[in-house]
Amino acid sequence: MNGRRGPLVSPGVARIFAIILLFVIWEVGARFYADPLFLCPPSQAVVALKHIFADPKIVNAIRVTIYEVVTAFLLSVSVGMVIGLAVGLQGFTKSTILPIILLLYATPQATILPLFVLSFGIGPAAKIAFGVSHGIFPVIVTTVAGVQNLRPHLLTAARSMGASRVQVFTSIVFPHMIPSFFTGMRLGMTAVLLGVLLAELYVSTAGIGFYTRLFAESFAPPDLFALIAVLAAIAVTLNELCRTMERRFSRWHAA
Amino acid sequence: MKFKMRWPQRLIQLGVLIAVLGLWYWATLPGGINQLLLPPPAPVFRNFWNLLTTSSIWPDLAVTVREWVTAFFIAAVGGCTLGYVISRSAYAVRVFDPLLAGIYSIPAILLFPLYLLFFGLGPGSKIAIGTTIAFFPVVLNTIAGLSYVDKAYITAARSMGANDAQLFWSVMLPAAFPVVLTGLRLGCIVAFLSILGGETISSLAGLGHRIVSLAENMESAQMFGNILFAVLMAFIINGVVSYVEARGRRGMQ
Repeated sequence: MNGRRGPLVSPGVARIFAIILLFVIWEVGARFYADPLFLCPPSQAVVALKHIFADPKIVNAIRVTIYEVVTAFLLSVSVGMVIGLAVGLQGFTKSTILPIILLLYATPQATILPLFVLSFGIGPAAKIAFGVSHGIFPVIVTTVAGVQNLRPHLLTAARSMGASRVQVFTSIVFPHMIPSFFTGMRLGMTAVLLGVLLAELYVSTAGIGFYTRLFAESFAPPDLFALIAVLAAIAVTLNELCRTMERRFSRWHAA
Repeated sequence: MKFKMRWPQRLIQLGVLIAVLGLWYWATLPGGINQLLLPPPAPVFRNFWNLLTTSSIWPDLAVTVREWVTAFFIAAVGGCTLGYVISRSAYAVRVFDPLLAGIYSIPAILLFPLYLLFFGLGPGSKIAIGTTIAFFPVVLNTIAGLSYVDKAYITAARSMGANDAQLFWSVMLPAAFPVVLTGLRLGCIVAFLSILGGETISSLAGLGHRIVSLAENMESAQMFGNILFAVLMAFIINGVVSYVEARGRRGMQ
């Protein structure tokens, strides 16, 4: 940008142009140069969306996936919060248990995916369990960090004014937890999505993993692209939902 | 996070470890959990020890490491280059930074079926997924590092007559380096994790493939040994990469 004149269009408009340009290149490249067995132009993927939503089995598979993500997310958040509070509220438990939790957090969960399938079967239970194994750790760690941010003088002041344990929790700990709670929710959602999708892609009899495999193996790129686009849209929506809540509920804290 | 290590905590952690091992042993006694689901500790550790002392895992390890190094190399070079090009103009940063961040919020593992279609079951699809996932932390951190260098440094260097090259090498790079390094560290780790994930889903060889095929053959003790090996490897990578990052950070100051 030079000093005298601003850019021709605002960044937002330029971004939309960049996206359109990308799709045009893809369309032209796929239509005229690529092997239709492997790559399809985006327009065909849009047309294939109709197939996807017309087939009740695929719609059901998408519904099952959403159900798995939401269940795993709710479990991760509720259990993770409780563990995080239990571990974080006392210095002793924190310095004892938190290193163990961080150790577990750092293990590559993909390697134990076959174990989840062996113990929970190939149905939704394994996907939910695997999603929880991804989502619970960020929730625990951010909850502990949130408790840590609590200013000690607030606690001391409340106690010296005769607040009970419950009162301390409801009027000091809880309000201060809210921002980190929503940060934990956002990170947890990203992780749960990864876990559930990994498990779906690994083995699935009726979920979306079954269909991605089917479309890939039967060389039907339009259907594959359409299904992936639908899943990406769901993932982005869920992520954005958490992000918006985080932004909304952490605002009061800055004041 | 740093912890002040004191004796009681250490003892309790040791106690937890012993309790877990004890519970594991107790659960696998006759009449307990099915040994296919959870083999007893002794054969697992024997297998783990075999993996460490013999060369049987080397072919698979070599495949995984080659995929990982290739993916990280492509992501690091591509991410740093694109990040540098974008960060040259404040306008480009405002256009492309939210775009890249937006794409980053799509779970990239969804692309894996496509990559299987494009690149086949071999290393190609794992390199592709590793590169895709590692690329974003690198490029976003490069942009963040290079475009938020304190303007006072730049003005000062300019007023002392620094040219573009001098400005880049002596001002921009040292100031941006820690942030870029964080991106590279994240990229390095997520590349390894996503390649393991990719190998678990579909592959012909590699650590993830080994674990899955052992699971499918119900060789539980061997599978657990291999899992321990992969976990150990992830810890070593984590440790080494964090050490290199800390060293690089200090070296630049």
